[in-house]
Amino acid sequence: MRFSHFVLRRWLYSVLVLFGLSILIFIIARMLPGNPARLALGPFALQEQVEHLQHLMGMDKPLPLQYWTYITGIFRGDFGLSFQTRRNVALDIAHYLPATVELVLIAIVWVLVLGVPLGVLAARYKDSWPDNLVRVMAFIGVAVPPFVVGLVLQLIFSYLLGILPTTGRLSLTTPAPPLRTGLLLLDSLIEGDFSALGDALKHIILPSFAIAMTGIGQIARLTRASMSDVANQDYIEASRGFGIPNRVIAFKYMLKPASIPPLTILGLTFASELSNAFLVETVFAWPGIAKYGIRAILRKDFNAVMGVVLIIGLAFVIVNLIVDILAGYVDPRIRIKHEEGE
Amino acid sequence: MSTRPSYHQATVRLNERRWMGIKDRLGRGWYKFRRNPISLAGGVMVLLFVLLAILAPYVTPYPKHAGAFTDFQNAFQAPSKSHWFGTDALGCDVFTRIIFGSRISFMLAAVVLGISVPVGVFLGLISGYMGGKTETVIMRVTDVFLSLPALVMALAICAAFTPSIDKAMLAVASIWWTWHCRLVNGITRSIKTEEFVQASKVLGASPLRIIFKDILPNCASPLIVKITLDAGFVILVGAGLSFLGLGAQPPAEDLGTMISFGAKYLPERWWMTVFPSLAIFFIILGFNLLGDGLRDVLAVEEGV
Amino acid sequence: MEGKVILDMRDLHVWFRVYEGVSRVLDGVSLYVRGGEHVGLVGETGCGKTVAMKTAMGILRSPPALFPQGQVLLAGRDVLKATPIELLRMKGKTISMIFQDPLSALNPVFTVGQQIFDVIRFGHRWIRDDDALTKTKVRRIAVEALTSVRLPDPERILSLYPLELSGGMRQRVLIAMALVNRPRLLIADEPGSALDVTIQAQILSLLKSLVKEAGIAVLLITHDLGVVRETVERVYIMYAGRVVEEGRTVEIFDDPKHPYTQGLLSSVPRLTGKVLAEGIPGTLSDYTEAPSGCRFHPRCPRAMEKCTQQKPPMVKVSTKQHVACYLYHGGGR
Repeated sequence: MRFSHFVLRRWLYSVLVLFGLSILIFIIARMLPGNPARLALGPFALQEQVEHLQHLMGMDKPLPLQYWTYITGIFRGDFGLSFQTRRNVALDIAHYLPATVELVLIAIVWVLVLGVPLGVLAARYKDSWPDNLVRVMAFIGVAVPPFVVGLVLQLIFSYLLGILPTTGRLSLTTPAPPLRTGLLLLDSLIEGDFSALGDALKHIILPSFAIAMTGIGQIARLTRASMSDVANQDYIEASRGFGIPNRVIAFKYMLKPASIPPLTILGLTFASELSNAFLVETVFAWPGIAKYGIRAILRKDFNAVMGVVLIIGLAFVIVNLIVDILAGYVDPRIRIKHEEGE
Repeated sequence: MSTRPSYHQATVRLNERRWMGIKDRLGRGWYKFRRNPISLAGGVMVLLFVLLAILAPYVTPYPKHAGAFTDFQNAFQAPSKSHWFGTDALGCDVFTRIIFGSRISFMLAAVVLGISVPVGVFLGLISGYMGGKTETVIMRVTDVFLSLPALVMALAICAAFTPSIDKAMLAVASIWWTWHCRLVNGITRSIKTEEFVQASKVLGASPLRIIFKDILPNCASPLIVKITLDAGFVILVGAGLSFLGLGAQPPAEDLGTMISFGAKYLPERWWMTVFPSLAIFFIILGFNLLGDGLRDVLAVEEGV
Repeated sequence: MEGKVILDMRDLHVWFRVYEGVSRVLDGVSLYVRGGEHVGLVGETGCGKTVAMKTAMGILRSPPALFPQGQVLLAGRDVLKATPIELLRMKGKTISMIFQDPLSALNPVFTVGQQIFDVIRFGHRWIRDDDALTKTKVRRIAVEALTSVRLPDPERILSLYPLELSGGMRQRVLIAMALVNRPRLLIADEPGSALDVTIQAQILSLLKSLVKEAGIAVLLITHDLGVVRETVERVYIMYAGRVVEEGRTVEIFDDPKHPYTQGLLSSVPRLTGKVLAEGIPGTLSDYTEAPSGCRFHPRCPRAMEKCTQQKPPMVKVSTKQHVACYLYHGGGR
């Protein structure tokens, strides 16, 4: 089958998996011992009020029907009501999502800008001190819990050096640019508001780096391994034999095949960044969807939890799709294997 | 010409040669392990921490401070000779609580892996060997569990319960089996078609025998590496859950909880956060180094 | 058509430092190739011929490899002592190589065109002809090269990836890449042995005609005696890192002197006469603990006391034939 068909099939399957996920979480959520309606209204509410809310939320209907109502609601854009904010969870998500998106995007920039060059450096000076240094750094990056990274960064840069702010996306004294995409950096750029841009940048550096630490470690190690793998290949030897200079071999003939394994784990890196976001957003009081999700979990706000879970699942699917396409583009072997009907 | 050897004889000979192969590989592996500073460091670290954790009541200066103990007069003391890592908000010795806290972490790892590895391996073997509908069903289920990052999934599952350490353990264990299942499934599928498995079939071995004698040993090395690395990762996820308030609840001495508690008092009373952070970092690092070293030693490819 | 000596390997020793100790792979290899000559290097797998070849090309990585003794003169200059820039100039122009397995020798993520363009651009051969090497010119040279190896529709092939070509086509592409810069010496490492026998025959005959047209010297490395007989005038027989016999192909095949050569030739199944082939008992020994003296003595049916003590030197047994064996020491039999 053709490569594009393959990708499409993968995507459809992922959507199916998302459905499975929604069923799983739905069941878990609804199976809670105790009464969510009562939890929402508090212990002093009257029994009739609790029952009324239960009826409103449709909790007196059989489980499969509840699920059906919920799913069809999703497609209409109705994610149910949040207990905390009393409004459609979809609106909540739209409100909080851009902050996390911005954070994760900048984190990916960190990963590419630091992780890949470090890996290349380590491969180039294999077994001597730059290699060992990078390997140690990668190990540390993967082993440190992200919230610890966040706290340490705060300690150093905010408390000790005082050059970067501790929490939030913007200082209280800086007015926010008008809301267009929700991405502060982009919005302030569009508006030409450079003081807001600078302030937003200062706020985003630390949390995005904390999120990126794991990914930097992973990518650096994989780049190093794959570069040194490629360096041992026959075709590199052959290129040397044909008289191609080392510089060209390194930056063209080794880099391209070596970039394929890191590319394929980009999906995993994104996953680790998302999960790190849950920890880091708490440390930096970042008003993103992860923080919203944590609050929802602690307060048993089920519609909110479902909404967050589904959005993250969807984000995952989209990222994996992009990674698949990119990988097929860079590595013709993947494309061709599928076109031959593997 | 002797008659065709019985299955038993053939297996004995095959196993002999396999054993020689393993001995040689182990010898070579030990040589590499000894010479590799990374794996050695990891192994030492893990050993040290585990020993400390096991001997906790005997090696800590204030064993009673673990758990619910208060001494407000001595609260918030900076590190000193009597309290190496200082005291926390309740007056408990931080050093003692860290050692006892590491116990919780190790217990978490042991319980989670103790449940998820057998389940995962079992399901992986079955699905890989039987193929067809069984495999499809099992793999689809793992796909659903893997559709979210581990921490996020654990969070979502914890949402259904009141936060406590055992619920957290259960939540993590209920996700973790999927990775082992996938790993074993992959190996089983690729080995299933190899010639020595076909040979066993021809010699008349029952499926159970094939699974245990031919397939399982081949999973051993990647599994060992994965379990070691997983231990570190499980502890990481567990610490994250506690930090967010979903695992061990205060005043439990879990490391994540200690860090979250102590974070409120930054930066002046730094010792309440810094030392537990260091402890958990070194524990996780130890497992990672060990796992990586084992990967080299047992010659497993990257990506496990 | 004999010309000056292009490749002159003198008493080359190559060692590798490994886990078990030091692997002394090449233990004094001497051979030479003159302009326009076709020379064969025969030996079983593991005898060190690939190592010798890679040393000649200058692509052996030096930290694991050690060169305790010997020289490798390429057009007069010692490869072992040359600077990287000098080496770079020689590759492709003076000496070029064809690998055994065409699939692993081509970079899978680049098109044939991209790879061959770079070989042309960096080959230093064409830059002198013009002041600028334009894209069109490079393309034209590439198409000519592909045509010369009898590839159909070369324009289309330039845009294909290695995976999209058949094995035979890949080997032809490799040959084109090796010859496009008009080297004086081509080393062919078991060309076509990774392919079907029929394709291999095609490739070999293609090679033969190409080098004849261009007057390129060839060092053919192989374990296949049949190929040797058809294609080369002179042959070196290698065993365990040493040259044990050398001479004209005709003479060696008619009257092999070294016990190893005799064993090799009798290992080939024949269609007439004694049909069952006799092999050579034993296997190649480990290079970290190579046998003392003559490395063949553990497997030699005519080994003597002397053979275990000292390495036998090469002695002349006829005008063009030399053997390294104590059987012929002292004037031959």
